[in-house]
Amino acid sequence: MLNRVVITGIGIYSCIGKNLDETTQSLYHGRSGIILDPERKSYGYRSGLTGFVESPNLKGVLDRRSRIILSEPGEFAYMSTVEALRIAGIDQDFIDRNNVGILFGNDSSAKAVIFANDIIREKKETVMVGSGSVFQSMNSTVTMNLSTIFKLKGINLTVSAACASGSHSLGLGHMFIKHGYQDCIICGGAQEINLYSMGNFDALGAFSIRENAPHKASRPFDRDRDGLVPSGGAATVILESLEHALRRGATILGEVMGYGFSSNGAHISNPTIEGPQKALEMALEQSGIGLKEIDYINAHATSTPVGDASEAKAIFNIFGGQGPYVSSTKSMTGHECWMAGASEVVYSMLMMGHGFIAPNINFENPDEDSSRLNIVAETKETNINCFLSNSFGFGGTNASLVIKKWDHK
Amino acid sequence: MTQIEITEKIVPFLVDEFEVDAELIKPEANLRETLQLDSLDYIDLVVVIEGNFNFKVSLGDFQNIVTFNDLYCYVDSKVNASQESITT
Repeated sequence: MLNRVVITGIGIYSCIGKNLDETTQSLYHGRSGIILDPERKSYGYRSGLTGFVESPNLKGVLDRRSRIILSEPGEFAYMSTVEALRIAGIDQDFIDRNNVGILFGNDSSAKAVIFANDIIREKKETVMVGSGSVFQSMNSTVTMNLSTIFKLKGINLTVSAACASGSHSLGLGHMFIKHGYQDCIICGGAQEINLYSMGNFDALGAFSIRENAPHKASRPFDRDRDGLVPSGGAATVILESLEHALRRGATILGEVMGYGFSSNGAHISNPTIEGPQKALEMALEQSGIGLKEIDYINAHATSTPVGDASEAKAIFNIFGGQGPYVSSTKSMTGHECWMAGASEVVYSMLMMGHGFIAPNINFENPDEDSSRLNIVAETKETNINCFLSNSFGFGGTNASLVIKKWDHK
Repeated sequence: MTQIEITEKIVPFLVDEFEVDAELIKPEANLRETLQLDSLDYIDLVVVIEGNFNFKVSLGDFQNIVTFNDLYCYVDSKVNASQESITT
């Protein structure tokens, strides 16, 4: 028998809030977390725009060994995970007695790599990079560090799938639990935000250059969008089997109903309509939820001309002209890349919990494709019973999740 | 550089790097136990010594360093050996 998979904890550390309360306020009021970073300009970026959240000061929180091996995305993920575990009512004693796993999305840790190689080039020997660098440098830096800090004993795996990493981590966590391999998994996504993290992405000319108005720069679905704004932080979602959650008396926040995935089988960076559509359809079919029951879609829409149009077409092809409310929270956060699939589930969970849809800010003029969607440009107070969250990434990786409010049934 | 000067230079960076109370760093105290060094920490010990005294440290050198006094003597011998070599 397959297990039902529920969400019992969420946590966030982002440019629109360093905890759930701050983030809820930002979502409700449509606050942007985008800044213009002069250091990026002097470093050579075409665009100095970025989401910004400062690194947490973990001295006195974590011991020296834990801190010096923790990368920037690891620091962010530590913060969001502490909050998610607290919400879930999971303490260290519980973790010590149970088989808790971790599946986290992350796809780079550039700063540590660059710092280490600068030292090696200068000193002509490797030992001077110190003992922490290798553990900060690897893609699996988040899972290797958090599993050590929290002494986890279950699945321990990083999901690297470009900008769909966070979403796939939840999807895979869902599969592990659904099929009985794990009872409880810490899922999520993390994204570094430092100067060194996005230079090669900037090189593609994909970033908005609306530098005179940072809060207006990320404008998914708007006719006048000119590119995405990179951003980062971390988000954590605690997944459990329903039986496990009920047995320990956890407060259940939602249920993961479907996980759809696909690969475009096409260009490295150009999106398709068919690939995302296939992932959406798979998630919906698996969920057993009718199209009319989807109240809200948290779109992947990053504010790039081609990407938003493709997603709009995919959504329209499935839902038609009377589809659910749609917004892209990237209008406020920027594109949180490896973290985005997880953070956007957290944002949507907050909206579902508080009865509102966050606005797709800067949606001032629709284009041909976005005009056919039911895009929410102003905060809308409404009940969300079920939402769909999309994430797509380089290489044509697609993931869609369908999540339903817990109704005690 | 006298051994007192060396000691006065070493203690602060050990306190800073390994986050221990300066009062615990006594000449006869056990280096590994006091600083709570594991195998990875010895690499960071190499980094701070090389960074502060500018001579090459090998991890194997620590096999004969048990106390802080051993460390001071080791650094003293390396620093003064390198100074002698510059003089001559």
